[in-house]
Amino acid sequence: MLDGLRKRPRLTAILLAVLLAALPFIMGFGLGNSWVRVLDFVLLYVLLAIGLNIVVGYAGLLDLGYIAFYAIGAYLYAWLASPHFGLHLPFWLVLPIGAMLAGVFGVLLGSPTLRLRGDYLAIVTLGFGEIIRIFMNNLNAPFNLTNGPQGINLIDPVSVAGFSFGKPLDIFGMTLPPTYFYYYLFLAFTLLAIFVAMRLQDSRIGRAWAAIREDEIAAAAMGINTRNMKLLAFAMGATFGGLAGGLFAAFQGFISPESFNLWESILVLCMIVLGGMGNIPGVILGAVLLTVIPEALRYLGDLQRATLGHVVVDPSDLRMLLFGVALVAMMLYRPAGLLPSRQRKREFAAEDGVAEQEQADLYDAKA
Amino acid sequence: MSAMSLLQVSGVTKRFGGLAALEDVSLDVRSGEIYGLIGPNGAGKTTLFNCMTGLYSLTSGEVKLDGAPLQGLKPHQIVACGFARTFQNIRLFANMTALENVMVGRHARSRAGILGAVLRGRGTRAEETDIRDKARHLMDYVGLHNKGRALAGHLAYGDQRRLEIARALATEPKLLALDEPVAGMNPSERRQMSELFQRVRDGGVTLLLIEHDVKLVMGLCDRVAVLDYGRKIAEGDAASVQQDTAVIAAYLGGSPA
Repeated sequence: MLDGLRKRPRLTAILLAVLLAALPFIMGFGLGNSWVRVLDFVLLYVLLAIGLNIVVGYAGLLDLGYIAFYAIGAYLYAWLASPHFGLHLPFWLVLPIGAMLAGVFGVLLGSPTLRLRGDYLAIVTLGFGEIIRIFMNNLNAPFNLTNGPQGINLIDPVSVAGFSFGKPLDIFGMTLPPTYFYYYLFLAFTLLAIFVAMRLQDSRIGRAWAAIREDEIAAAAMGINTRNMKLLAFAMGATFGGLAGGLFAAFQGFISPESFNLWESILVLCMIVLGGMGNIPGVILGAVLLTVIPEALRYLGDLQRATLGHVVVDPSDLRMLLFGVALVAMMLYRPAGLLPSRQRKREFAAEDGVAEQEQADLYDAKA
Repeated sequence: MSAMSLLQVSGVTKRFGGLAALEDVSLDVRSGEIYGLIGPNGAGKTTLFNCMTGLYSLTSGEVKLDGAPLQGLKPHQIVACGFARTFQNIRLFANMTALENVMVGRHARSRAGILGAVLRGRGTRAEETDIRDKARHLMDYVGLHNKGRALAGHLAYGDQRRLEIARALATEPKLLALDEPVAGMNPSERRQMSELFQRVRDGGVTLLLIEHDVKLVMGLCDRVAVLDYGRKIAEGDAASVQQDTAVIAAYLGGSPA
């Protein structure tokens, strides 16, 4: 069946479009409206994962502080569209400003790390991520910029042509909660991000990033300005993160530093690694799985109550446990990710092939 | 007449701490020639390459390409000036395809930015087609027919050497510096490579060649310089260098008579 779909790309696209359009209704009526909310978060995480994939997957720069850019986008939205400063700018103005500010911070935080690679880069970016969070936590005095750990409340919802996404809508005898509208908004931005990321990968810029990932000295010897290309990767990744942050702030209506901790950075990185670094479908799959599975595991609590009468293992503990097991299993059996990119697949397969060949040669030599 | 000077290296010294890897080295490579750089292990040949191509900064001295100073420029700027190189220990982009490796070489000669990449307008599409065509042409030129889709890391050793040359040629150099391009090859492969070098030179690219295989250097190079302990001990045409007592001493040991 998959083969049939591959041969008919137009039909596949139409089916996919219909499915994506109908998905919130299927989930909402099938599993309950809380699942539409889960869908919204899936899309936000896909957006984040695609952004981080530019930095980690394309350019090979291990960034453990990515969530800082999500935070910057979210806080900028809160500052410009909430009672905190009494500003209520429209979202179509605030979102681009937030994305651009995050991009600028991408360059600012990226520039001191240009000489670093691998472990060292990871540690420094991890530090930057924490610094941003701690700033947000403490910038309520002397001037109240972030309202500290209490966070900023009553952030304006997105509103298009006088229609506010913040209130439910009664239509055709149904009441649609805001999560439905945000689904389509997020979907639009996610599709745009996928388009941009794919175009970038298959371009002069994308090849330069890949070259830097493979061998930075050789890349420079081929005329690539490695400094600018690395900063560009940081900036592009951060821009996507800032965009996701702005959407998150509008959607939640409330943000606090707690939403932007180290765990979130690691989670987004895990999505990329699990799905298949560098490969957009893999990254999407990783983001979907790591958002949906924890939600689905909540049902295990109800299951235990129904079968055993009380909750033996707290589902949230179980989530972490299964998450760990899944990652270990994946590293053992599918180290290139669930949907690896063409090249990484060959890279890992090749090593096996070479090892086998070497074994065979060894036997030949003995015989 | 090919007596026009293309690369002028004058008084180049490179010290690592107290160790002088290069001491007052001067070379003059003329346009259109194949210039050999030989010397025993550790003589400073690769260090000189790294100094010329911007990987190391000079302690003192000057490097000029076509009259324009190169010292202080970054490696990518030196490539843009028309000076490309290969590496002694092959440095391909192992997990990219062979063709993509050569396409990366076109980076300095193309310009599409972020907007061009995303919008992919007519100009960008034409540029991409041009990059691909030129890369394919270069693959054929160095003798890698139909190997464009293979991963660079999977190519046979000799093909990897060829690919590195194709990738360097993609930058449209005036001067191509090859660091031991036939190391580890058998005699028939060496002969083929030597033919390739001549073809490249006849195509208008000046070659600067580090090589250990004295026989190949003598047969191929118009002029040869010999480095020993970071100093140039001889320079001239192949025959005269071979007779030089200092060179014989450096290679065979003992003190020059």
